[in-house]
Amino acid sequence: MANITQDNHRLRLIVRYTVLSLIALIFIFPLIFMLVSSFKPDYQLLADTASLRAFLPVGDISLTNYEKAFERAPIFLFMFNSLLVTAVTVLLSLFFCSMAGFSFVFLNWRGKQLAFSIILATLIVPFETIAIPMLLMVSKLPWIGLEGLTWGWLNTYRVQIVPFIADGLTIFLFTQYFKDLPRELIEAARVEGSSWWQVYWRIVMPLSGPVIATAAILKFLVMYNQYLWPIMVTQQEQYRPVLVGLQYFFQLNTAWGEVMAYLTLITLPVLAFYLVLQRAFIASIASTGVKG
Amino acid sequence: MQKSLPTLTQHNQSGWLFALPGFGLMMLFIVVPFVFAILFSMTNQRLISPNPTQFVGLENYQQLLSVNLLVLDPDVTATGEIKRDNRGDIRYPRIRSYTRNNPDYAHLQGMKEWFSWQWQDKKIAILASDPVFMKAIVNTLLFVLIVAPLQGALALGLALLINQRLRGINLYRAIYFMPVVVSIVVVSILWRFIYDGQNGLLNNLFHTLSFGHFTAVDWLGNPNTALGSIMVMSIWQAVGFHMVIWLSGLQTISPTLYEAAKIEGASSWQTFRYVTWPGLKNTAILVLIVITMQAFALFAQVDVMTNGGPLDSTQTIVFQAVERGYGKQDISGGSAISVVLFIMVLGISLLQRYLTREKN
Repeated sequence: MANITQDNHRLRLIVRYTVLSLIALIFIFPLIFMLVSSFKPDYQLLADTASLRAFLPVGDISLTNYEKAFERAPIFLFMFNSLLVTAVTVLLSLFFCSMAGFSFVFLNWRGKQLAFSIILATLIVPFETIAIPMLLMVSKLPWIGLEGLTWGWLNTYRVQIVPFIADGLTIFLFTQYFKDLPRELIEAARVEGSSWWQVYWRIVMPLSGPVIATAAILKFLVMYNQYLWPIMVTQQEQYRPVLVGLQYFFQLNTAWGEVMAYLTLITLPVLAFYLVLQRAFIASIASTGVKG
Repeated sequence: MQKSLPTLTQHNQSGWLFALPGFGLMMLFIVVPFVFAILFSMTNQRLISPNPTQFVGLENYQQLLSVNLLVLDPDVTATGEIKRDNRGDIRYPRIRSYTRNNPDYAHLQGMKEWFSWQWQDKKIAILASDPVFMKAIVNTLLFVLIVAPLQGALALGLALLINQRLRGINLYRAIYFMPVVVSIVVVSILWRFIYDGQNGLLNNLFHTLSFGHFTAVDWLGNPNTALGSIMVMSIWQAVGFHMVIWLSGLQTISPTLYEAAKIEGASSWQTFRYVTWPGLKNTAILVLIVITMQAFALFAQVDVMTNGGPLDSTQTIVFQAVERGYGKQDISGGSAISVVLFIMVLGISLLQRYLTREKN
């Protein structure tokens, strides 16, 4: 008897793991195809799609595609642009959105209800619906920089950064988190004579690690994967991010090996980031759902 | 949040100062462009134009949304007999003769055939002033109506699967989630290899599985399969995201409920039906809304894979907005499309609010 139940148990385990693994294959095979193909010459890459060889690093394997890809496009520049725009936006977003969240939760001011309703309402405005008028607007905005007063933001870093610093979701995440912080701490600090800035910077922010991670990761994903907006606002190579750089690889005769090498290169940073911070990544998405 | 303030004192100045940077940026870069979209949609604004912008009222919306019905009687000969062509099909007057400079049908001026069918011996044609946009609306709604429930259900299935206690389950969870972190543009390019008409991975797979009996399909080049192919890929890419949201919902359900169900001898279906599902109500609403919003914004996949074709079978609302507003530099036309999209999304959100309120 004991033996039968044990066998039964083992069989069930095998079935479970088989199902889980088959599904895993479905999710991972295009990525394996991308990585493997990036090492193959074009003729072999295309021929291999006829068999399982498409997923195996066999045949004429080399780094030639990578070398050619670097010759074709200024990849380091695009990477630098993407990482700069993403990093600056994430940092400024954390700062400004947490301050706004702090104000909404801990401070009492005239117009707060209205302002918060507006922020919630923006959650249902898809970015795509405002992209066109925003394009016209940013093409005429003023800026005071090293060259004095200039007009028009097209072909700059700021046009890729400033519009995305503040968003309803990030502010909402911070307010949700701040609501659950112990009030006594804040009141005690106020009684002792701390300014609101000190309360924010010395008490609230140090306690907000989880929500900061959540907001940072979500913003990172959105910013690194920006596509529509950078196409519209970066006509000059100098400011292009990685996804716009793809255009260099789709010309008359597409060299698919080089495309695969480029895709691998631009996906690696975000995949590496994900695999290292995997738990935080998933926890961060999950937290958007907890209080919905 | 206003209930539990530390003190009832007003802090107008500090409050405004803290909220201003974030709130100001949101006003400038979300609310203002949104108001502009509404204003532009009632003008003839272009990105660059020598002529001053003029107010045109609802003309852009009329141009986008006008739909009309035209009933055509068959062509008849002098003796009253119905004319037929070589194949025996009834012949009808050309629609063009009604929509081009026909003073008797001035309201149809400039319209084009969207679709038509035969009813008895008459032909009923639905005309639209912008048939491509009509197709974009239909495609977007189809996409939303099919992808939202399917993706939600699949994500729930994955969440239940991943929610068991097994060694190494975190690895599987990490893999299922992986496509979410990869850009949809990258994913779309990779899937072009899967869907390729001659030597695509999918065709080769079916070919092998059917021992050579499967005829290759050009998945993205065939109007009947293109939109469906994009749906499958989109679900593949995003389902992990929603799996994680479901998972967070699953983990809020108290384990004691499951123990009680076990003691009562409930089957796994009964456990799901009476313990799991009721505990997931709020999560379900959230998942559905998030998917719906993402589905309405369908753009990158179409831009990379099909450019709206073949035969407009993958046109979407956002693709049209971008093509006009940016591609053709027709800011007013693109803005009008954006406003139409916003009204649709708003409608769905209000519906969701109504549905959730009723239950409470």
